[in-house]
Amino acid sequence: MIETLLTPLHYDYMLKAIGVSAVIGGVCAFLSCFITLKGWSLMGDALSHSVVPGVAVAYYAGWPFAAGAFVTGLLAAVGMGFVKTKTRLREDAVIGVVFTAFFALGLLLISLYPSQVDLRSIVFGNILGISNSDIVQVLIISGVTLLVLGFKWRDLLLFCFDPNQARALGLNTTALHFTLLTLLSATAVAALQTVGACLVVAMLVTPGATAYLLTDRFGKMIGIATAMGVGTSIVGAYASYFFDGSTGGCIVTLQSLLFVAALIWAPKHGLLAQRARRRIAGGAEAVL
Amino acid sequence: MITTLLEPFQFPFMVDAMVVGIAVGAVCSVLSCYLVLKGWSLMGDAISHAVLPGIVIAYAVRVPLAVGAFASGLLCAVLTGYIKANSRVKEDTVMGVVFTGMFAFGLVIFTKVKSDLHLDRILFGNILGLAPGDLRDTLIVAGGTLAIVLALRRDLLLYCFDSGHARTIGLRTDLLYYLLLSLLAVTIVVSLKAVGIILVVAMLVTPGCIGYLLTDRFNRMLMIAAASAVGSSFFGVYLSFFINASTGACIVLLQAAVFMVALAFAPKHGLLAARRQRQLAGAALNLEDGR
Amino acid sequence: MSEPATVRSAAPEMSVRVEAVTVSYPNGNVALRNASFTLEGGSICALVGVNGSGKSTLFKAIMGLLKPAAGTVTIAGQPVKAALKQNLVAYVPQAEEVDWSFPVSVWDVVLMGRYGYMNFMRTPRAEDRRIAEESLARVGMLEYRERQIGELSGGQRKRVFLARALAQRGRVILLDEPFTGVDVNTETAIIALLRELRAEGHIMLVSTHNLGSVPEFCDHVVLINRTVLAAGLTSEVFTEENLLRTFGGVLRHFRFDESTVQKHDGRAVTLLTDDERPLVFGKGGHVEYSKRAGHEDVVKKRAEGEEDV
Repeated sequence: MIETLLTPLHYDYMLKAIGVSAVIGGVCAFLSCFITLKGWSLMGDALSHSVVPGVAVAYYAGWPFAAGAFVTGLLAAVGMGFVKTKTRLREDAVIGVVFTAFFALGLLLISLYPSQVDLRSIVFGNILGISNSDIVQVLIISGVTLLVLGFKWRDLLLFCFDPNQARALGLNTTALHFTLLTLLSATAVAALQTVGACLVVAMLVTPGATAYLLTDRFGKMIGIATAMGVGTSIVGAYASYFFDGSTGGCIVTLQSLLFVAALIWAPKHGLLAQRARRRIAGGAEAVL
Repeated sequence: MITTLLEPFQFPFMVDAMVVGIAVGAVCSVLSCYLVLKGWSLMGDAISHAVLPGIVIAYAVRVPLAVGAFASGLLCAVLTGYIKANSRVKEDTVMGVVFTGMFAFGLVIFTKVKSDLHLDRILFGNILGLAPGDLRDTLIVAGGTLAIVLALRRDLLLYCFDSGHARTIGLRTDLLYYLLLSLLAVTIVVSLKAVGIILVVAMLVTPGCIGYLLTDRFNRMLMIAAASAVGSSFFGVYLSFFINASTGACIVLLQAAVFMVALAFAPKHGLLAARRQRQLAGAALNLEDGR
Repeated sequence: MSEPATVRSAAPEMSVRVEAVTVSYPNGNVALRNASFTLEGGSICALVGVNGSGKSTLFKAIMGLLKPAAGTVTIAGQPVKAALKQNLVAYVPQAEEVDWSFPVSVWDVVLMGRYGYMNFMRTPRAEDRRIAEESLARVGMLEYRERQIGELSGGQRKRVFLARALAQRGRVILLDEPFTGVDVNTETAIIALLRELRAEGHIMLVSTHNLGSVPEFCDHVVLINRTVLAAGLTSEVFTEENLLRTFGGVLRHFRFDESTVQKHDGRAVTLLTDDERPLVFGKGGHVEYSKRAGHEDVVKKRAEGEEDV
């Protein structure tokens, strides 16, 4: 029994995968605190789908995948911003139109030139087969992201919480906006490796949401989220050995389970705690 | 030349694909008008991903896949609503957590259930490889859904516009909520064959946006959305034959192209119109100043 | 408890009875506790309280959007659900709550008031069309029937939603902050219309924080601060003391006996407003300050100029 459990750890590729996943998981989780507070959860979803055409083009042209992904990701973000400010369309509709168009473009390119890039690895991630050059790219992205967040997290926090106040204090909110957007795109690109386009949004949202239920202090929120991100990534990558390589599925399932646990049992904001409070106050049900 | 252009119609699978595409386009576009106005654009995204575990489980317990998909999609929406109402987590975050969690779970159990399900087809559709009964089934379900939406279109519109008033005239707004959600789930399930999970979102959002940009009247919005969707589906299938590319992608990209044209040239709400209005306002100011 | 209004009509008497209603939200917040008041016959009743005092919660309870944890709401002697089925309650929303870019025209909105009388496909009959036109004409908006609602001014938008309530033939009309963003002419017209409706036996519940307007046209008032602090005839209930309890110190005072106003014969006059500071001019047309401190020179100058007070 113990033998079976230890098998994955005998393989180099598994150790690499677990290590890289841990790094990506941690970085994404750190960022997720800002993303959920800013209300950019679905923007994360959109960006992760929008990078697909860039990845496809990068593979054909022989460029680092991160470069291509980054370019189309930012293009999509700028496009969304443009359409939203110039029309009366609501934000969620704009996001929907733009990211599906980009994703369709990516699909089109891949279907036209199928040999170059594996659609499966883009959609599901391929951390178990990650190449060394890709690992380097991921580590660089993670390093830079951590650096920026490490220095700028207070400004970014204020920007997420109260952009007007930030502006009044003399902070350059446009720069902060673009910094956050860039970090989001970059981490989405990195997370593409582990969990693929469909599940990136989970890495960028669930840890932050879970931590938000467990604490009222932002510092603690970052700590809890990051720990959760690293932990679930390690365990999930390890477990995927037994689940036919569905690393993304394992990691995100674990994260979702932790979220549900927090939802129910969180000491102050959980459902059980609320029910106890309501019993004291007298409850109401909303009729939709 | 003409023979080449007419070539696709010689193949039954192509004609079937066009018919299915048109049917799916019609029902998605009509629903899309309501979704865009209600602010449920990304609810379609969430539900379409959440159907995956339902499909896998349905396969495992030998229940029709569509039923599993429907149940699973509905569960996602209901769960999202419940968590949103009972916790302090914001709606967009809740949606992200729930649907990705369900999708991830679907992926995990997919690896464990021995099946002849092709994940690719579920994700991207398989409009060119429809099984014999698919055309008939799709037309029936799409037609039925469309009929329900059109019959109740005024109540649904009122619900999207002012649910408070809807309540005061005695409408069961809770039932309307579940009705709209169910119609959305059914539409997604019936569209899976055509365009798959990933692209059905486009069909549920873009046509409504096109309509909304081009008109101020809801009836016209419905017609414009339907026309653009039906057209994109037909030409998308047609085009994919010649360039030998993913059909779903062709359909969606054509719709996106129509959107961009509408964005630029919409008579009242487009970019050029906005620029003209600014110029007129500027000229009026100049006149006032006596220049 | 309130006195029945003296104005009656031939139609069956309308009433709204709220008894010991308590509402709390899932996060534990008790929005309303043990709220009670009764309105009978034709009446215009103001619902007064700060934001977050439970005004909108009360509205939602009357509209059936919320089920209270305790207490009952009866309309014309019936539970809310039954009353709604008979189109007894109409709601005129706040401007902020409406999506003005929705692709509906003035005519579409007013017709929505008739939906409760139409078949399930909502096909309007001649009767519905007649009533809708009549309602639009009554608020003076008939010529705008084809306009999309976003094209209207603030006052016009409010009139359209009033027309909808009229078309619905609602006997209890809930108005949420009806005078914000509305020009003076529309405000006058709305008040006149509400008075007509009162004479016809309708009950209007007007949620407002425009304190000055309340005594002008509201015969009853309900003061809310998480519970009903006082309810009854405006003349009896709308006192300075009650208002201070309702607003808990968030009011702006202008007490003449503390101000720079001279020669006001010693009787204390107090101005209360929860929103904007009042601008007060003295007899000579000059600005008066609410506190003498810091304006001693002004006080001195005024005292010296005898005729100019």
